[in-house]
Amino acid sequence: MKLTLKIWRQKNSKAKGELKTYPIDGIEGDMSFLEMLDVLNEELINKGEEPVVFDHDCREGICGACSLQINGEPHGPDRLVTTCQLHMRMFNDGDTIVIEPFRAKAFPVIKDLVVDRTSFERIQQAGGYVSVNTSGNTIDANAIPVNKQDADDSFNAATCIGCGACVAACKNASAMLFTAAKVSQFALLPQGKVEATERVLNMVAQMDKEGFGNCTNTGACEIECPKGISLENIARMNREYLSASLKG
Amino acid sequence: MSVLDSKIPKGPLADKWTKHKNDVNLVNPANKRNIDIIVVGTGLAGGSAAATLAELGYNVKTFCYQDSPRRAHSIAAQGGINAAKNYQGDGDSNYRLFYDTVKGGDYRSREGNVYRLAEVSANIIDQCVAQGVPFAREYGGMLDNRSFGGVLVSRTFYAKGQTGQQLLLGAYSAMNRQINRGKITPYNRHEMLDLVIVDGKARGIIARDLITGEIERHSAHAVVIASGGYGNAFFLSTNAMGSNATAAWKIHKRGAYFANPCYTQIHPTCIPVSGDHQSKLTLMSESLRNDGRIWVPKKKEDAIAIREGKKKAKDLSEDERDYYLERRYPSFGNLVPRDVASRAAKERCDAGFGVNKTGQAVFLDFASAIERYGKEQAAMHGNHNPSKEEITKLGKEVIENKYGNLFQMYEKIVDENPYESPMMIYPAVHYTMGGIWVDYNLQSTIPGCYVTGEANFSDHGANRLGASALMQGLADGYFVLPYTIGDYLSKDIKTGPIPTDSQEFDEAENKVREQLEKLINNKGSHSVDYFHKKLGHIMWNKCGMARNAKDLASAMTEIRALREEFWKEVKVPGELNEMNAELEKAMRVADFLELGELFAKDALHRNESCGGHFREEYQTEEGEALRDDENFMYVAAWEYTGDPATEVLHKEELKYENIEVKSRSYK
Repeated sequence: MKLTLKIWRQKNSKAKGELKTYPIDGIEGDMSFLEMLDVLNEELINKGEEPVVFDHDCREGICGACSLQINGEPHGPDRLVTTCQLHMRMFNDGDTIVIEPFRAKAFPVIKDLVVDRTSFERIQQAGGYVSVNTSGNTIDANAIPVNKQDADDSFNAATCIGCGACVAACKNASAMLFTAAKVSQFALLPQGKVEATERVLNMVAQMDKEGFGNCTNTGACEIECPKGISLENIARMNREYLSASLKG
Repeated sequence: MSVLDSKIPKGPLADKWTKHKNDVNLVNPANKRNIDIIVVGTGLAGGSAAATLAELGYNVKTFCYQDSPRRAHSIAAQGGINAAKNYQGDGDSNYRLFYDTVKGGDYRSREGNVYRLAEVSANIIDQCVAQGVPFAREYGGMLDNRSFGGVLVSRTFYAKGQTGQQLLLGAYSAMNRQINRGKITPYNRHEMLDLVIVDGKARGIIARDLITGEIERHSAHAVVIASGGYGNAFFLSTNAMGSNATAAWKIHKRGAYFANPCYTQIHPTCIPVSGDHQSKLTLMSESLRNDGRIWVPKKKEDAIAIREGKKKAKDLSEDERDYYLERRYPSFGNLVPRDVASRAAKERCDAGFGVNKTGQAVFLDFASAIERYGKEQAAMHGNHNPSKEEITKLGKEVIENKYGNLFQMYEKIVDENPYESPMMIYPAVHYTMGGIWVDYNLQSTIPGCYVTGEANFSDHGANRLGASALMQGLADGYFVLPYTIGDYLSKDIKTGPIPTDSQEFDEAENKVREQLEKLINNKGSHSVDYFHKKLGHIMWNKCGMARNAKDLASAMTEIRALREEFWKEVKVPGELNEMNAELEKAMRVADFLELGELFAKDALHRNESCGGHFREEYQTEEGEALRDDENFMYVAAWEYTGDPATEVLHKEELKYENIEVKSRSYK
């Protein structure tokens, strides 16, 4: 395959960025999108140019490091995959592909396609945990039975990889889906109920403080989420938030 | 040769850990506030240790190269975590988990360590459930279990095919709680590039801020290395792209012995290599062997026809298939340990029975499981005369529920639907049992430098059983290190803060700076990947699943030559004081190029086959590994001398007092 890549290049957080055009040839359908970028980088290095920097690590769709806005969509045109699992067979010979970083006020660009997602870290730190010591002096794991449906729903919420595609997909750059996934995981389990009130209030407050936008229920986040995190989580968080606010 | 002191407590096996915990010195809470600990790596071992140490009251600094601790490669572990809970009532016990692990490791691990691991395993599950880790449950609300290779009980707890993710997010949440309290300061996007030793004790590290490129000094009273394994020395592995041996290798160069580097796990069920452009290999969880049957055609002409696309797996009848694991190992069948399953796949493919274009793949087939589950489900729904279509539909639903994410991942990569045609799989480098030598307290040969998780050599011997890595990482971090490190730190309560303006910090920083500058200014003719791929080829071809003296000796020479070429010819674009991914890679590959040579040297010296280390010269008539207990029942711990080729061997003899050493059989 022969392709034309238009890639966002930006030296650092302070520099002005721009889209640069790179023609590329010899791309095969069974390469992953990031392997295609590896090929480009190898060419750039050999030509004495600076390779394109992008976040990536596990390359099996679970670490959440890779990002990229590909032709306007977070993680590209395929559904339920991260960029590292997006394969070039999704594209055609002669295509032009525009590659940009995730865009959001709360995700400033660090360099080229790498953005700073520490705002997500701070949301988690505000309450994304159960306050139990790791001493091992807890009750037996089977002492509290958990309804299978609740356990499964909690698990499904917990499979969020924290990539930020939901934010990048949202016209308001809202982090509701990300925050709701964590709130839901705990809200559905007996272990999480004890601190439910403080958790939802603190996490939502931190989310607002980071400069993420409001949710206007467009549902773009759910469509673009590589892990299929459901909008139901946002509804659940809203319920949790309302009841916590009334208590508070 | 020196004698390495493993410091295993005296007394009966089952009492050692309890007694040791009662004997160690404690640090009072007020003093803990004056003690700093650095933790390098934030996977299961590092994340759990950081959270627990902070909870106890120490000041913890964590370091990871990723942008968040949550992205450490423990996240990718799929299948599960072992624990001797005996919830299934199938005869499990601490002793059995201990026995299975020692046997699984081919009698090359320490009894005392492994027993402790089994003993604390049940606590891990309790702990994780209390943290809100959503393990799989049965309809009655109780925790579910599955089986893994090399054992005859169901003791593996799991969260679909994402167990590592859920456990890591548990440890990460425990870290977040401490970050919020100000007890952990996280240094993300930072890489440790050297250890600083002051008066013979580990007192800090030199790290590079990967965003600004700045070189920083960090001091502490103790340093914990939890940076994972070195599988990426092979270039292609199931590790993350950034997984590296740098922290471990740097402490080795500062005096920590490196144990059993040649013990590498080649995992049997991975998606096969498809082309030169490939950057990594993807694992298909061992849990799939609970339900998948592995086979190749019985007749070579069928294998050739399949390779050429003239026949499909479905076209072969049951008698035309060779379920070679079930044939060779009737009692364990498809659930033999990983080393055995990998070698058996290689044997069939080398003999010409491989089933993909390259001839380097075998089938992993779910058809009979789909049928079995389908019938069971139909009966449960009161349908006692189901049609074939109904059975298949119901069976597929069960399989999807159990392994959905793995099947989806397979389909995305290979572009074939594994519900319809069997998966094609081949072994790939996955885990390294070798690592930094540590004593029972997890302390390396450098005082104050502790090593946990995959980075140490500890508990798995020459082969690790499935679902044991998660267990070991969390055991080390949550339950072992917090006790043992206190014993060491109890002598440091009056030390006060460690200054970073000492000569030792100057020396270490200058060394790091020199190396970085050399790489940037080298302006050679080849990229870092060029060298890394070449190293990977040597490692895979000569230090891989089957090794021999001639190839290992030539691997040593070739790696040495490649290393020399690297330092002459490597080209690293960009600058020092900026985000520079090529520079990061170059530093890591420079270390792999040294480690690789020691790896080959260790494999060459070990004139026996054991676990994942298979020497062609030492095998039984049936092609099984042939150990030499008389001469090699020891841990090989290597001391750095300035050159991997001349490293000095120290032996820790292994003693088995509670277990009968036998030849390992899964027949």
